[in-house]
Amino acid sequence: MTKPTPQILANAVTRRSRSNGASSTEPVQRGPAPVADNPPMAPVRTSGAGSLVRSLEALGVDVAFGIPGGAILPAYDPLYDSTVRHILVRHEQGAGHAATGYAQATGKVGVCFATSGPGATNLVTPIADAYMDSVPLVAITGQVPRPAIGSDAFQEADIQGISLPVTKHNYLVQTAEEIPRILAEAFHLASTGRPGPVLVDIPKDVLQAETSFTWPPTLDLPGYRPTLHPHGKQIREAARLMNAASRPVLYVGGGVLKARATEGLRELAELTGIPVVTTLMARGAFPDSHPQHLGMPGMHGTVAAVCALQKADLIVALGARFDDRVTGQLDSFAPGAKVVHADIDPAEIGKNRIADVPIVGDARHVIGELIAVLSADSSPDRAGWWTQLDDLRQRYPLGYEEPVDGTLAPQHVIKRLGEVVGPDAIYVAGVGQHQMWASQFISYEKPYTWLNSGGAGTMGYAVPAAMGAKVGQPDTTVWAIDGDGCFQMTNQELATCALEGIPIKVAVINNGNLGMVRQWQTLFYGERYSNTELGTHKHRIPDFVKLAEALGCVGLRCETAADVDATIEAAMAIDDAPVVIDFVVGKDAMVWPMVAAGTSNDEIMFARDVRPVFDDGDL
Amino acid sequence: MSKHTLSVLVENKPSVLARVAGLFSRRGFNIDSLAVGETENPDVSRITIVVNAESSPLEQVTKQLNKLVNVLKIVELDPAESVARELLLVKVRADRALRSQVLETVNLFRARVVDVAPETLTIEATGTADKLDALLRDLEPFGIKEMVQSGLVAIGRGSRSINAGPTLRAA
Repeated sequence: MTKPTPQILANAVTRRSRSNGASSTEPVQRGPAPVADNPPMAPVRTSGAGSLVRSLEALGVDVAFGIPGGAILPAYDPLYDSTVRHILVRHEQGAGHAATGYAQATGKVGVCFATSGPGATNLVTPIADAYMDSVPLVAITGQVPRPAIGSDAFQEADIQGISLPVTKHNYLVQTAEEIPRILAEAFHLASTGRPGPVLVDIPKDVLQAETSFTWPPTLDLPGYRPTLHPHGKQIREAARLMNAASRPVLYVGGGVLKARATEGLRELAELTGIPVVTTLMARGAFPDSHPQHLGMPGMHGTVAAVCALQKADLIVALGARFDDRVTGQLDSFAPGAKVVHADIDPAEIGKNRIADVPIVGDARHVIGELIAVLSADSSPDRAGWWTQLDDLRQRYPLGYEEPVDGTLAPQHVIKRLGEVVGPDAIYVAGVGQHQMWASQFISYEKPYTWLNSGGAGTMGYAVPAAMGAKVGQPDTTVWAIDGDGCFQMTNQELATCALEGIPIKVAVINNGNLGMVRQWQTLFYGERYSNTELGTHKHRIPDFVKLAEALGCVGLRCETAADVDATIEAAMAIDDAPVVIDFVVGKDAMVWPMVAAGTSNDEIMFARDVRPVFDDGDL
Repeated sequence: MSKHTLSVLVENKPSVLARVAGLFSRRGFNIDSLAVGETENPDVSRITIVVNAESSPLEQVTKQLNKLVNVLKIVELDPAESVARELLLVKVRADRALRSQVLETVNLFRARVVDVAPETLTIEATGTADKLDALLRDLEPFGIKEMVQSGLVAIGRGSRSINAGPTLRAA
């Protein structure tokens, strides 16, 4: 039988007092924690719902996001006087993204609740989002009573079937007795190995049934054995290649953040002197100010990062998955590179790019063991490689042109936001141009300060995820950087923020359009702007300042470059209410550099119609 | 494309078959044949899957299957080192005039007659896909009224056996 993780067991079941809310900003360590030697408790008579809530308490859950409804209603009764703080959201999608933001900001498992049918199906988007970005999430849904399952009962949906392809695992609970075990398994699955969402669907009659609750349960997961420790032979082979390579690159993905391995990464990078690129999911894993950092690779990456991968003779991928947005056209990606691919998920290795040295393991262990076998003095002279890379960095830095029509440059807003607010805040982006600019123009110096929807690209992620992040890190300033399109998908959670005392700040980069789609229409569809104009400029519908005020927030507007700093500072001065700034920016700004979808990274464009000029030595 | 036979040991629980089948469809893998049944351990089911794949996608199939929490073990069976069988039930037109010829074919293939009606015989045969194809080819001229075929099941030769094993329970 699988033993529950020490973390799960360490949470004493007797803990009834609400935690003080000021959760530590220290990352949760996934390493061994002392196993509690609480003897198994005597069984307590309760309902299935009582057993569910007691299980959540025993698992150390301090907050959950959700909306009640018919089938989940029994669970909300014991929740009423539980130590678990339940935050009533306005849409189940908000609950899911909030739990995701909470998990990404704290490293703990995010929890969300929904009722059966439409409540559960509204969770599908955030669950799919968490699946693509490997976020530890447990979604608890009510289901119609067992005798009604399959009868097309009111508010019935087969959420187990629906969520099958977008969950790490899911459960349809059959008896009240198995609730503690299934909850403990769900948390164990969500948070270990490659993290991911787990859904637990509980029929209403199971919630109502009489049962006895005991803790801790014994997990029964005979088929689940994630490999944490890498194979020594593979590590030695990787180290040999790293010592021999003349043009190596460390290609760092979100797995390094998930594994809490950023300190080790820095040590590894400095020990070897190898240049580092951080993917969209790994921004913050390595300080942007570090001289070895070339920035983000991929479709909108820096010229230096993209070209470093293209010209590398060795790519050391750590917790990254060779996503199409990073590789561009796969056939022509990094043609001369040998690949060391370390990932906790064996299925990622060799999925898109054949690995010369596959390493299955947790990034923290992989990095630690690499450091142990590598020695600084054995690295070859890589002055030539650095000369090439420094030249690219110098010639093709990230930048933008001021709009010729006198409008406010969105890049300026985001750049100043990062500079005025600083590297201690958490930045949460939606999806589109503003997301790319936020990843490019804000300097991330610390891990877990950049949250976004990377794999799924879920518009509407930012506001609820920022809410969840703020709940998890109440002492940290949390900024959502959102587009006017994204913001209109989920801004109703600002009402939740206002009522629950969650003072997030939202910078709406309002260009009046679905900007990224418009950019593609400009570049690839002959400037035919089909259905991308939102009217937030032309008609000021909605008026984001009035909307913010209606939702119980402070609304500010900024339309000129001269007012940007003062408006940000005004928002910073408010800490007792959520603040929304409507930054009215030009609609024609584009995200550069760009590798057009499906083309080779060699075709990277530095700006419109401007291809970097490469010396023979570059490409 | 080449065919590979995978023996997949899974926990005998509801929804496990849906997880396996769903994985194949959403990852774009092709199943040629699939058979499920209990094993010597009632907690464990064995799914035999014949996959049509090149070796690289096959590795992805195996790795993705291994990620399913309810999957305990996956073994690819080497055709030379295993016994593989399918079951065929076929209803053949066999009136008085044809009956003796049909029976002759049945005997040649060591098949069995399992039901007799005035105008038809129902025949049961087991064997490899090749043998059953050959039998069908020979029965075709008489007139096949209906047929049903099972998925392939296969087991390794020799004394070694595949089972979920006690080690899996200890992890």
